[in-house]
Amino acid sequence: MEYVIIGNSAAAVGCIEGIRKTDTDGRITVVSSEPFHTYSRPLISYLLCGKTTEQKMKYRPDCFYENNGIDLMTGVTAKEIDAKKKRVALDNGKKLSYDKLLIATGSSPFVPPIEGLDSVEKSFTFMSLADAKALDAVLTADASVLIMGAGLIGLKCAEGIADKVGHITVVDLADKILPSILDADGAAIVQSHIEKSGVEFILSDSVQTFSPRSATLKSGKVIDFDILVVAVGVRPNTALAAGAGAEVGRGIVTDTHCRTTLNDVYAAGDCAQSFDVVTGENRVLALLPNAYMQGECAEINMAGGDELYDYAIAMNAIGFFGLHIITAGSYDGEARVKREEGAYKKLVTKDGCLAGYILVGDVARAGIYTSLIRDRVPLDTIDFELVSENPQLMAFSRVQRDKMLGGVAR
Amino acid sequence: MKRVFVNEKWCLGCHLCEYNCAFANSGKSDMVDALKGVKINPRIVIEEKNDVCFAVSCRHCEVPLCVKGCITGALTKEDGVITIDSDRCVGCYTCILSCPYGAVMPSGDGVVQKCELCVKNSWGHPACVTGCPNAAIVFEER
Repeated sequence: MEYVIIGNSAAAVGCIEGIRKTDTDGRITVVSSEPFHTYSRPLISYLLCGKTTEQKMKYRPDCFYENNGIDLMTGVTAKEIDAKKKRVALDNGKKLSYDKLLIATGSSPFVPPIEGLDSVEKSFTFMSLADAKALDAVLTADASVLIMGAGLIGLKCAEGIADKVGHITVVDLADKILPSILDADGAAIVQSHIEKSGVEFILSDSVQTFSPRSATLKSGKVIDFDILVVAVGVRPNTALAAGAGAEVGRGIVTDTHCRTTLNDVYAAGDCAQSFDVVTGENRVLALLPNAYMQGECAEINMAGGDELYDYAIAMNAIGFFGLHIITAGSYDGEARVKREEGAYKKLVTKDGCLAGYILVGDVARAGIYTSLIRDRVPLDTIDFELVSENPQLMAFSRVQRDKMLGGVAR
Repeated sequence: MKRVFVNEKWCLGCHLCEYNCAFANSGKSDMVDALKGVKINPRIVIEEKNDVCFAVSCRHCEVPLCVKGCITGALTKEDGVITIDSDRCVGCYTCILSCPYGAVMPSGDGVVQKCELCVKNSWGHPACVTGCPNAAIVFEER
């Protein structure tokens, strides 16, 4: 069996580990545009602030490819997939034949077309190790940095460089920070915490035009800067799949077996859509755990198994300057909120199940809430009042607990 | 493989498992030395309410969501035991988000900790089990 994997990040690694569970002989070729050993993308901000190193941020040990018998092609980009002939054309002129193909091409930073952006000399995105290294090389203690985007990437970037630069301003069109994971109240707490570290926010505003070292906002405000980071969002890399004739929505369309609409072609990770069990929608869940599990599921199926990836939910664990945030699911439903000094908690219920939650500050045992969402546990079968106070197994019946703690956990 | 199992009906709520866990993972050879005046942060935790009590620690799941979700590769499962490489952990808490049992917790120094069945400390055998006076925590094949 010839397996080809396009991509070399979490979904690809999940895929390799999935294949090797059942097929120890098949030939696996990994095609990676980036010239690196597999590394953890979310760690690039930790690299900049010195909490990890290039060696430690490797997602798997140095012996990973060798131990799994992988033919790794780095610095090579897949240009075209011929789904009929089952061949992938590479930019080095070679062609790879496959029996089963995984597209794990990830996503790319979206750079909006703003007048004058081309004239900005020190403009960066923040997605790859190369991005992080390029940004790091220009940071100076007195530099003013403008970050476009108060989302996960923009703010992780702010944290990563905060001790290395003079001033950071973050601009976002949204009226709150981290709009993809927080509500207004949670965002306000996190914002005031980040502001204590000297980061300045300008919200409900956006850059209208750039000149080489300044930005004019819609409000008329002018911000001078030395370095610009564009972190307004990412777009799934779907062109390769679309070019081969696969159905593409916002991401590559996949079923619960992680199959695309093309025969023997699978997709996983940030480039693909998956089924969100909470919202019932097929959507891109661009999260590292999701990428790994999708990749693993795809590969088990590629190797002839029958595995379903039908437990995806939106979820995030992230921290800024020592304040931890864990969120999951959807906030559409009935909310109960608890505020304490420096802590915020929101539980959202819908149709008799926990639909989502936000924890800021006190995040202990959050996974118990996550499992209530993922497993669609009917709240009338547990002591929901008790579990609302703190996540705990005491809220389950003794019979359920006996299974959890006295049985072999799946 | 052998795992730790909890027999709720035998649990006395004495918390000895928590103290033995903290001692076993303290790196010290004397229990008084290890625990006197220390606020312990054990990897096994007793839940109690009214007359019900039981211990919770890592289940070393067959499908370990903490390992699959780990963004750094610091959590791994080998020979059935899930362990954490604290040198690679950055304390992002994705494992705390993922664990259905609430059995992964902050270690107090910026990374996470969890039950590793005492395979990495000098005990080599779960200290919570050894010290349990009523066989409410056992280490066996099931």
